[in-house]
Amino acid sequence: MNNLNIRLLFWVPILFIPSLLSAADAVQGEITQQPTNIIAITMFLVFVAATLGITYWAARRTKSTKDFYAAGGNITGLQNGLAIAGDYMSAASFLGISGLVFASGFDGLIYSIGFLVGWPIILFLLAERLRNLGKYTFADAVSYRLQQLPIRSLAASGTLIVVLLYLTAQLVGAGKLIQILFGLEYYLAVVIVGILMVLYVTFGGMLATTWVQIIKAVLLLCGASFMAVAVMYHMDFSFETLFMTATEVHKNGITIMSPGGLVSDPISAISLGLALMFGTAGLPHILMRFFTVPDAQEARKSVVYATGFIGYFFILTFIIGFGAIVFLVNNPEFLDLQSGGLLGGNNMAAIHLSKAVGGEVFLGFISAVAFATILAVVSGLTLAGASAISHDLYASVLRKGEAQEGEEIRMSRIATVGLGVAAIFLGVQFEQQNVAYMVGLAFAIAASVNFPVLFLSMYWQRLTTRGAFIGGSIGLITAVSCMILGPTIWVDILGNTEAIFPYKHPALFSISAAFMSIFIISKLDNSVSGREEALAFEGQYVRSQTGLGSEE
Amino acid sequence: MQHLYRRIYANPKFHQLELERRRFSWLLTSIILIAYFSFILIIAFYPELFGNPIFEDSVITWGILIALSVILLSLLLTGIYVYRANNEFDRLVNDVIKDVT
Repeated sequence: MNNLNIRLLFWVPILFIPSLLSAADAVQGEITQQPTNIIAITMFLVFVAATLGITYWAARRTKSTKDFYAAGGNITGLQNGLAIAGDYMSAASFLGISGLVFASGFDGLIYSIGFLVGWPIILFLLAERLRNLGKYTFADAVSYRLQQLPIRSLAASGTLIVVLLYLTAQLVGAGKLIQILFGLEYYLAVVIVGILMVLYVTFGGMLATTWVQIIKAVLLLCGASFMAVAVMYHMDFSFETLFMTATEVHKNGITIMSPGGLVSDPISAISLGLALMFGTAGLPHILMRFFTVPDAQEARKSVVYATGFIGYFFILTFIIGFGAIVFLVNNPEFLDLQSGGLLGGNNMAAIHLSKAVGGEVFLGFISAVAFATILAVVSGLTLAGASAISHDLYASVLRKGEAQEGEEIRMSRIATVGLGVAAIFLGVQFEQQNVAYMVGLAFAIAASVNFPVLFLSMYWQRLTTRGAFIGGSIGLITAVSCMILGPTIWVDILGNTEAIFPYKHPALFSISAAFMSIFIISKLDNSVSGREEALAFEGQYVRSQTGLGSEE
Repeated sequence: MQHLYRRIYANPKFHQLELERRRFSWLLTSIILIAYFSFILIIAFYPELFGNPIFEDSVITWGILIALSVILLSLLLTGIYVYRANNEFDRLVNDVIKDVT
């Protein structure tokens, strides 16, 4: 680690918190750069050409701010459901979860389910109200009856921190993954991904981003389905045979069918569960997708489709993980002869399996899909970050809603380029770091800042600006400090012997801190503006229930 | 618009609808919360329960069956919610709006 890296580590203390699963998990340990894979690169170039074509088409249709942030509000429920799935099924969940199943069987399901159960919650509690109240960002809904400056600043900070953490984790993972899959240099890979995402977003806005995500979702679901069916074909379509064969060859035998050591103490278990569930409901790039549909009805439909696709996808990764055990464990072609493990680490399980069941061409296809997957996820993140800067900070706070549409779009394009440069810089800086904790931190912050503030603004009349601002900030500070003082950063990264905060996952504490402080401070707030905000709840309430007066 | 909001707010039908919808969405929310956190807590406290096979001689355990059921439950509940919201609740909302305009 060079000096700059060390300085950066302290300079951006916010970046330090524990681990869920990230793209970076996909590639731990030594990376051996592979020979350049021509089939994969060709397929990837076809994907890039097609998506740039779409971006050109989208750019001609992107004129107003509504086009730019919300694809004109003309996306259907099915399209949006696919795009949400495309936004959410990252390379980390594809490679990471199938790798986890390959390594420890049942435990892989714990993450899958955590990632899925946030969706019903979003549907039952947030989706339609959000659609009825907001315009382009979730801050629109939160600041509906509260003061613009503090609330938008809080929401924009929550958004930008989550976006930068997630983006850095994705880019580092992408760089390493592409090194393995395509035989490209790490830096080159990070720069290519960075440039492409900036192109999609600056020129094509939400419309291009949506279609990149839809195409990627379809490709990923088709590829994963083919692998799962191929595995089941060899197992005579019997799960009993699949599991039986897997337990016979796996070094842990029958224990892979039951919970292992992934979640041990109850506090960490609950805390992880809360972070996964409510973190999903606070991810800015996900919330933003609800403004691309015309009304609450389509917003609801998008969640059903998204939940269906994501649930189906997690079942596929489970079959793929077990299939990898059956096909790879005794196959010297895919094993590292020195360590006895998989070539390139456990998270290469799905990639190796694609070669085992479909040969070179299918391996190329799956590698290209993994690359496309990263592109789709980072584009959505970048757009969400850019909107926080241009719509929340610039147009609403700085210009107090007086900015012309053209000015606002120009600002969001500048913000996109700025975020792209920042992400490439961070991606290069963090090459040698284990960035898995960043996704964990992003989920914890989303669950402890964005979610409580959004939820209470819709459901609790007595919420005041002061309560939301101070309470939300307390949630942010608690999440970040518990993460820094916890085992992942304090011990594993900073090298101290004992953690000051004993748990890996802070969400239980930071979510409670946020809700409690928002509640107490709002209750104590006797200001005139606080009372006016409570009175304005009535109108907000009717609009959130009926959609009357919301953006057409 | 504020005027319209006030009239809707004063309409008893609106509160009837709202109560019904709130009960329904909190009911579904608690089902999913209970299902998910029981799953997590069993793994934390009684992992051996999930290690039992679903019937003798099977390698498939209760844990795997229940995990898949939680996934299917999520799909089922979202489907039920949207079916009722798109058919029943939306019609009631339109009735209320018609009443006041």
